[in-house]
Amino acid sequence: MSYLEYNTKRMPAGLAKVLYLNWPLVALLIAVAAYGFVMLYSIAGGNAALWAEPQIRRFAAGLAIMFIIAFVPIWFWRSVAGVAYAATIVLLLGVEFFGTVGMGAKRWLVIGPLRMQPSELAKVTTIMALAAYYDLLDMKRISRPFWVLLAALIAFIPAALVLRQPDLGTAMLILLGGGVVIFAAGVHWGYFAGLIGSGAALVTAVLQSRGTEWQILKDYQYRRIDSFLDPTLDPLGAGYHVNQSMIALGSGGWSGRGFMEGTQARLNFLPEKHTDFIFTTVAEEFGFVGASSLLILYMLVIGVCLLTAFNTTNRFAALVTLGVAGTFFLYFAVNMAMVMGLAPVVGVPLPLVSYGGSAMIVLMVGFGLVQSAHIHRARLPS
Amino acid sequence: MKRTEREKAISQRTISRRALLLGGVKLGVAGTLFWRLRDMQLNQSEQFHLLAEENRINLRLLPPVRGLILDRNGVLLAGNEQNYRVVMKRDDAGDIDLVLARLAQLIPLSEDDIARAHHDMMRNRPFVPVTVAERLSWDEISRVAANAPALPGVTPEMGLSRHYPLQEDTAHVVGYVGPVSEADLAALEAPDPVLMIPRFQIGKSGVERMHEDHLRGRAGSQRVEVNAVGRVMRELDRVEGTPGGNLHLTIDAKLQNYALERLHGHSAAAVVMDVESGEILALASAPSFDANLFVRGISSSDFSGLLDNEYRPLVNKTVQGLYPPGSTFKMVTALAALEDGATDGQERVFCPGHMDISGHRFHCWRRGGHGRVNMTSALSESCDVYFYEMAQRCGIDKINAMSTRLGLGVRYDLPITSVSAGLNPSREWKQRNRNEAWRIGDTVNASIGQGFVLTSPLQLAVMTARLATNKAVLPRLLRDPSEQAEQVAADLDLRPEWLRLIRRGMADTVNDARGTAYSSRVVADGQAMAGKTGTSQVFSITRAEREAGIRRQEDLPWNRRNHALFVNYAPMDNPRVAVAVVVEHGGGGSSAAAPIGRDITLAALNGGSVPPLAAYPAPQRNRIRAEQLELEERLRPAEAMRISRA
Repeated sequence: MSYLEYNTKRMPAGLAKVLYLNWPLVALLIAVAAYGFVMLYSIAGGNAALWAEPQIRRFAAGLAIMFIIAFVPIWFWRSVAGVAYAATIVLLLGVEFFGTVGMGAKRWLVIGPLRMQPSELAKVTTIMALAAYYDLLDMKRISRPFWVLLAALIAFIPAALVLRQPDLGTAMLILLGGGVVIFAAGVHWGYFAGLIGSGAALVTAVLQSRGTEWQILKDYQYRRIDSFLDPTLDPLGAGYHVNQSMIALGSGGWSGRGFMEGTQARLNFLPEKHTDFIFTTVAEEFGFVGASSLLILYMLVIGVCLLTAFNTTNRFAALVTLGVAGTFFLYFAVNMAMVMGLAPVVGVPLPLVSYGGSAMIVLMVGFGLVQSAHIHRARLPS
Repeated sequence: MKRTEREKAISQRTISRRALLLGGVKLGVAGTLFWRLRDMQLNQSEQFHLLAEENRINLRLLPPVRGLILDRNGVLLAGNEQNYRVVMKRDDAGDIDLVLARLAQLIPLSEDDIARAHHDMMRNRPFVPVTVAERLSWDEISRVAANAPALPGVTPEMGLSRHYPLQEDTAHVVGYVGPVSEADLAALEAPDPVLMIPRFQIGKSGVERMHEDHLRGRAGSQRVEVNAVGRVMRELDRVEGTPGGNLHLTIDAKLQNYALERLHGHSAAAVVMDVESGEILALASAPSFDANLFVRGISSSDFSGLLDNEYRPLVNKTVQGLYPPGSTFKMVTALAALEDGATDGQERVFCPGHMDISGHRFHCWRRGGHGRVNMTSALSESCDVYFYEMAQRCGIDKINAMSTRLGLGVRYDLPITSVSAGLNPSREWKQRNRNEAWRIGDTVNASIGQGFVLTSPLQLAVMTARLATNKAVLPRLLRDPSEQAEQVAADLDLRPEWLRLIRRGMADTVNDARGTAYSSRVVADGQAMAGKTGTSQVFSITRAEREAGIRRQEDLPWNRRNHALFVNYAPMDNPRVAVAVVVEHGGGGSSAAAPIGRDITLAALNGGSVPPLAAYPAPQRNRIRAEQLELEERLRPAEAMRISRA
């Protein structure tokens, strides 16, 4: 595919692109982020300077990045996808050898004044690489084993490098994000059935390997699995997070305790109350009404993205859009399932709401690609 | 790659189909999350709400204010002192060493204090306040408050701690409080939860211990909101506790102070008792100790100093100290003989200075003998032979019964720790405890308060009060202000003519020129006393010592000398107080104990003040004045006797 494919005359150019932005998506993202600002303000006990203000600045930067990426034609992004992917792999290898350690894991790479987490970058570049791969690939070959294996490798290499850091949550998101693109591209469903089957086998292997010499996960990861399976087992240790989180969530009731009235968060019973466990504070202070409306907002974001994907004949654009939407969905679904005690505690933030920079920037980069796909969408002649 | 329009259409269709499929899965997952949210927040909300409340609400006990202990006139003996202290929190202080160094310039802090504060702060969680200094003066605490900006994390605080303003005066009676120990808790069946409060103090001895329940009061409670690490965020509500009840003792603080100072320099005990009511006006055991030392946590050097002192300051000698009563016991023997009808009291017995009984020679203290003595002169001159004779006539059983009747060998139920029963020997007692038959020699020894007889100064005071009133007076230490009608003691039913003889003998002891306590007589009108001296042997002077030239008590080492005793009541015509004095290893009753008994008696009759010189015989006044001047220096000033309004 090249830009020649596009009917460039029908493409918006220059400032006109602003009009062609997916404004409902922009509005939804701002709404979600604003929800986060309110919660961060509340958790800090009415102190805006602590978390809310830095978060607003970060989101503003994220919006700017999104607009910049959006105005660059989607075909440009397709053509740099391979380079971006290769660069990510190099950076991940760099972490492997030169990374700095923080919180028990080696995730950061410091280059001069820059501190970065290449694992976050990998979430987007893997999607881009796979979308470009399927854009290039002859459609007849899509379901052939060799080409499926090649696609799987593209997702697996960064995921494996991230898992070694170790960062189970991100590795899983990369794999699943890639899986969404592969699935959307139309690979035969049999592969996925097989994968799910072998996944079940892998889970068994992981659990069985515990305590042996070839133990696959770290001890703390096993403890998280244990505490997920039975949070009451160790209420002050590994299960503490989930227990306290469920107490906060459940005690919210229909309409919650009210703004800045959540006791679990304000009194520090909740760990990571402003980052990974922020949803519990939402649920505690605004109750079922507040929590389910955030869930609906998230689902609307997914819906808007799906509409964009439906409306383009460009495979790269559609696949990137679906990949980004899929990753976004995985973020909030895994996070919510985790705080509700439905999934093990893995370090996955609530997208755009949890305090923190790198996940937000990467998501805004992703939504930039979605916007670019939207502005520069190719349509079948009617 | 270049695709045909058809390929594009297929591609778009495939992607759309798969996207729809993915969307369906997402909706399904979202639905699950939604359902779970609904289940937790709507169906199980109450249960989780309860758990959240349990998390955040903590019940705390508020220690009650301990009741006061006051003397008979309302003078504060045990109170609660405002205790200014400086506490410091690590998380607010920042550089704790710097802040501590600045603090040390404002208030006295030793290297040890600083090291301990540093250690405590590092060991505790950062928000836990650690006490850096306690019992600061108002000036010191003001200096800390004024320099607050330079002392981040430092807060001046005020608490209540037990304080004994009269220090050593009442330490043996009032006792002291201390932190609750494991043993204290184990001794209680259902310990009051307030005892679990860290640093809570309970009575460890004396009245503080015996009336702990009354003094402690009931704890209040406070519901507070705490955060995950237990830090208190705010108070939700509080229920005030009931402060402990006050106690009024029968002690007269001023007299108590005088008595203790009069005993100064001796290992001695003095008891002053109201002869009618049995109220104990003074219960002095010298030397004493400062009860406040124990409240603050006594240092091991202070404590071993108290333990190693051969005068045993920690022992309350008035109730715990047991001494052979010596000649002060002779009233018992005399009354036993009168009751038995062994003598009419007028009969004269010849004293050659000794008496041979079943092959053993018993000496009178006066080797030359007293000549012919009747009961009155035998008491006033303290002739031993007379009582040897009387005892043989009436026997130990009568003596034992009379001794009990006069209040010896009885354990009195006073609210102080370790009240001793003493020993009132009998045939059964000896058979049971020594597995030996009672012998006539034992009776002879007992007749003059030697041998097995052991009494406490309190018992001697009770005996004297009973002789003065002919009533079965019981000692009392607590005054119930509501109970105005005083219990009247039962009649002792001793015949008046017997008591006349005994009282005459005791009056002559002090007021007759031949009496053993004549030099301690009182000349003031209406304050003259009747008494009895006693000198009880602890060790006899051995033959070897006698050969080495030791003849007199003063030549012996202190702890081998005789105990000196004196009991009396006054005024002798209209008795008000009974006094018993024991000076351990004091030498002789007339020389060591009688002057002390006289002074304490006079003080008791003069409202606890230093006795007027006019009460003393003119030739003694210069010497007495000198003694008084020296004593007045040590007396507690009137300002220290704070009358409590409570």
